[in-house]
Amino acid sequence: MDLTAPSERDEGAEVTTTPSKAVPRPTPETQPFWDGCAAGELRLQRCSSCDAHYFPPRPFCPTCLSDQVTWETASGRGTLHTYVINHRAAPGFEAPYAIAVVQLDEGPRMMSNIVGIENTPENLELDMALEVTFEPRGDMMLPVFQPASTGGGQ
Amino acid sequence: MSIRGRIAIIGAAETTELGRIPHLSAIGLHADAARNAIADAGIAKSDIDGIACAGQSPVAVAQYLGITPSYVDGTSVGGCSFMLHVRHAAAAIDAGMCEMVLVTHGESGKSRVGMAGFGGGGDGSLQGQFEVPYGPTGPPTMFPIGVLRYMKELGLTHEQLASVAVVQREWAAQNPRAMMRDLVTVDDVLSSRMVAYPMHLLECCLVTDGGGAVIVTSAERARAMDLPNPPVYLMGTGESSETPMVSQMEDFTTSKAFRVAGAKAFAEAGISHADVDHLMIYDAFAHLPIYGLEDLGFVGRGEAGAFIAEGNTKPGGSLPLNTNGGGLSYTHTGMYGMFAIQESVRQVRGTAAAQVPNVKISIAHGVGGMFAASGTLVLTNQEL
Repeated sequence: MDLTAPSERDEGAEVTTTPSKAVPRPTPETQPFWDGCAAGELRLQRCSSCDAHYFPPRPFCPTCLSDQVTWETASGRGTLHTYVINHRAAPGFEAPYAIAVVQLDEGPRMMSNIVGIENTPENLELDMALEVTFEPRGDMMLPVFQPASTGGGQ
Repeated sequence: MSIRGRIAIIGAAETTELGRIPHLSAIGLHADAARNAIADAGIAKSDIDGIACAGQSPVAVAQYLGITPSYVDGTSVGGCSFMLHVRHAAAAIDAGMCEMVLVTHGESGKSRVGMAGFGGGGDGSLQGQFEVPYGPTGPPTMFPIGVLRYMKELGLTHEQLASVAVVQREWAAQNPRAMMRDLVTVDDVLSSRMVAYPMHLLECCLVTDGGGAVIVTSAERARAMDLPNPPVYLMGTGESSETPMVSQMEDFTTSKAFRVAGAKAFAEAGISHADVDHLMIYDAFAHLPIYGLEDLGFVGRGEAGAFIAEGNTKPGGSLPLNTNGGGLSYTHTGMYGMFAIQESVRQVRGTAAAQVPNVKISIAHGVGGMFAASGTLVLTNQEL
C-alpha cells in the first residue's frame, strides 16, 4: 500500500483549500467507540471468554472469534510505546509533531498524538506514563494523550 | 509436494529507462518492461498464457499487451506482490492450469502519469479512523514507527542505522543504473534532513519511475527451450501477512509476516543460511534490512545493526546484501519488490553490475505495505 499523496511527491504543489485535520468517519462497528469519545470516555471491547480487551473495534473477538464481547470504559492510562516525529505536516498540523503508539494499560495499543508537552526526542521518553484526553475534530472528539498527571510529568 | 526445482524464471528485465520517465504512463511502464522481458526470454508473446500484476489491473495489462490469459492474478498486497505472483504462478503452472506466466510491474511514482488513486480505504476505513487523524504524511511517517522501540529494546544506535544507507551506497557506486552513486558517510546520513525522527532523508527510499517483468514457466519446458539466457530455478517460496495498520503490529521490533514467509521459503528450499550466496531485502527504509536479517534468521535478535555496520553486507563482505544499491540508492517506484527479484535473477545469472562471484543461491525478500505483508523467493542457477 502506498499512502503518499500525489501532492507530497510534487514539490511545490499548490494547496487550494483551507487545510483541516482529517476527521474519522465511524462505521456501525466502531460507532460505540466514537460515542464514548464524545462522552469523554475511552471505550474498549472485551471478550468474555478470553477475558481480554482488543482494538480496533469489531463485533467479535479477534483471538477466538466469539461474539460474546462487551464495551467497557477503559482507564485511559497507558505508556508511550514508540513514535516518530513527523517533519512534513499533514493538512491542519504544524510540524514537527509526534505520531505515537500508546500501550494502553488494558493491553491493546493505539496510534495517537501527544499533547501538553513539546514533542522533542528529549521530552518523549519511551514508556513514560500517559493519560487520555480528547480533542475536537470536526464534529467528533478524538482521543489523544498527555503526560500522566500522577506520573511526575510536567 | 513442492515446486522446488520444478519452476523457472526464463525472462527478466526492467524498463528501458529508470528514474524520471514522464513520457510513459504507469501501464506503459508495465508494457515496456513486459516487452523487454519477452525479448530477454526469446519467446513469442503467444507463448504467454498467464498474467499477473499489481498496481494496474491484470485485466488492463493483458488487454494492453494483446494477451488473452487463461490464468489471471491480481494479488495486490503492496511492494512484495510480485514475490507472491511468482509463487502463485509456480503453483498454477505445476498444477497444469497454465504454462507460462508474465508478471509485470510499472509505476509512474515520480511523474505520476496515468497512476490510479491511492488506497487506504478512505476516512471510514480502520486506518482512516484510527491512524490518519493523527497526521501521518505517507510511509516515511508511519513505516519507521517501531524503530525507536527497536533501539530501546535491542540497542541499535543511530550510527548503525545510518550505516545501512552508507553500505548500500557502496553497492550503488558500482551500478551505472543506480540513481544515487556518490559515496556517503555516516555523518552525511545523520546530517541529512530529518524526515520523521529518527529517520533522516538518506535513510528513506528514492521516489522514481520504472518497472520490471519476469516470465515464469516449468523447469521442464525451460530445459526444452533454446533460451538466450540460462533459466533461474525457483527453489523455495513463502508469503504471509500481518496487519494493514502498522500501529497494530504484534511486536514493533520484528515482523511476523517476515518470519512466516522466510521460514516457509527456507523449508521448501531445504537450505541453511550458510548456503545463501546473495540476499535482497526490500529496503523502503534503512531499518528494513535490519528487521529482515533477523526475521529471516541470518543473525540473532539485536545483532543486525552491528552486522551491517561492521561491513558484512558490503562489497567483499560475507553476505552481499542489496547489491543493486536498493531502494535507498538504486530505484524505488513505490512497489520495489520487482527490482529485488530482478537483481537476484541478475546475480544468479552472473550479469549484475556489481556481480558477486559464484552466486548459486540468492534470496529476494519483499515487504508489502508497512509490515503488512511479505513474500520470499529462493532462486538458484542449479538444476535440482
